[in-house]
Amino acid sequence: MSATRQLSPVARLEQKTVVDLIGKGKRVDDRGALDYRPTTITLGVIEKANGSAQVYLGKTKVLAGVKIQPGTPFPDTPDEGILTVNAEFVPLASPTFEAGPPDENSIELARVVDRGIRESKAIDLKKLCIAPGKKVFMIFVDVYVLDHDGNLIDAAAMAALGALINAKMHAFKVENGEPVYLEEIMPVPMQNYPVSITSVKVDGATVLDPCLEEEQVMSCRLTVTTGKDDSLCAMQKGGLGFLSPDEIKQIVSTSISKARDLRAKMLSNVK
Amino acid sequence: MRVDGRRFDELRPLKIEVGTLDKADGSAYVEHGRNKILAGVYGPREAHPKHIALADRAVIRCRYHMAPFSTDERKSPAPSRRELELSKVIREALEPAVMSEYFPRSTIDIFIEVLQADAGTRCAGITAAALALADAGIPMRELVAGCAAGKVDGKVVLDLSDVEDKQGEADLPVALMPKSNVVSLLQMDGSLTEEEFKQALDMSTDACRRIYEMQREALRQKYHVVKDEADKEEATEVNA
Repeated sequence: MSATRQLSPVARLEQKTVVDLIGKGKRVDDRGALDYRPTTITLGVIEKANGSAQVYLGKTKVLAGVKIQPGTPFPDTPDEGILTVNAEFVPLASPTFEAGPPDENSIELARVVDRGIRESKAIDLKKLCIAPGKKVFMIFVDVYVLDHDGNLIDAAAMAALGALINAKMHAFKVENGEPVYLEEIMPVPMQNYPVSITSVKVDGATVLDPCLEEEQVMSCRLTVTTGKDDSLCAMQKGGLGFLSPDEIKQIVSTSISKARDLRAKMLSNVK
Repeated sequence: MRVDGRRFDELRPLKIEVGTLDKADGSAYVEHGRNKILAGVYGPREAHPKHIALADRAVIRCRYHMAPFSTDERKSPAPSRRELELSKVIREALEPAVMSEYFPRSTIDIFIEVLQADAGTRCAGITAAALALADAGIPMRELVAGCAAGKVDGKVVLDLSDVEDKQGEADLPVALMPKSNVVSLLQMDGSLTEEEFKQALDMSTDACRRIYEMQREALRQKYHVVKDEADKEEATEVNA
């Protein structure tokens, strides 16, 4: 069951400072309201994975790994490969993370990242079919949160995309419904590059890419994921607050242009 | 014109009943198209286990669950990842409306059971749960109403049915607190341009306002009847 969460008492003391700063148009880390923290992405950090990427978003650190293996397709999409996104909030990443089965926050994160990749049709899943209705390739994207300093969704989405871009698999031909692997290495067939931008509302003001302190005082957040043609492919509001329709439209419009910059920067770094 | 003959901005028929359950502190039943959804609220009641209690407000808990027979293929009764996510976003959609600060150290439990699903269950679930909260006598800033918009065959339309949702290009579930005109649930998947999104958002908030009127009417219906009965009893007592 989903339940209201307690804020830590320390966070309560910090709250006022963070809120006051945002009220004055400033931020705890000296950024402007629409500034994204410095982002670095490193591909191929895990050799045993088909693809991997490590993302730093300020002090937030997220690692994503891609594993590819054959499996049975879903009955409603017999000729398409399968995409699965999972997220682990590793206990070493934050004092509030606990070991155990995924909680609602990691499930929400994984599902928002999944929707971004799936709905933007980032992967050409039809090219991952081996024998229709019998065998297809399954792509597992596992997101590992290693250090939590806020805005995990954007960092996770970026790491997942980086790991997919980085992923290599053996080219294959099909004999008797079974894949026969060739010498040749091929990338995962990508056709779109979804980027998530998260904004939070604090005391009536909106700021982009919240750090942890800002997340702790937010009334709510809105994540907007767009594809390469600026089309919206996923959105998620989170937190106990609300947004007016005008605030939403404003955030969407800002997120679209921000995502455009970030995508261009990221693609020029990884290619 | 759409598969079921509706206009692009037309809601499916709604049927709303308040107080359908005997034991729950508050309850409501909503039929939204072919969706059949029951919501029950227990609380405020003592927090159990005790350590989850908050010193300054009630803990609100929410469980969205689909019956195994509610879908075409049997759904496993175990909570899926989708149900866990929806429980969270539904709680976050309702919580801003509830004055939980009046009930520290207690819990308010919201249970939403989807008996039959026909697209738009989270929104209809919110419509029902808000009424169940009101029926439980829990102080609220206002009601919350839910309705989705989306895109089918390249056109922005309101309140997708199951058939439309499956072949549609986008889905935008929205919940609105109609008096202050603020959105407390917003999700999207599919593909929309910025213009289409704005259109869909306006369409769904507008529909939420229409659903809100029906919610008020349903509450009035129940409590009007209760008041009538009380008046009648009083009259018989006087006569005796």
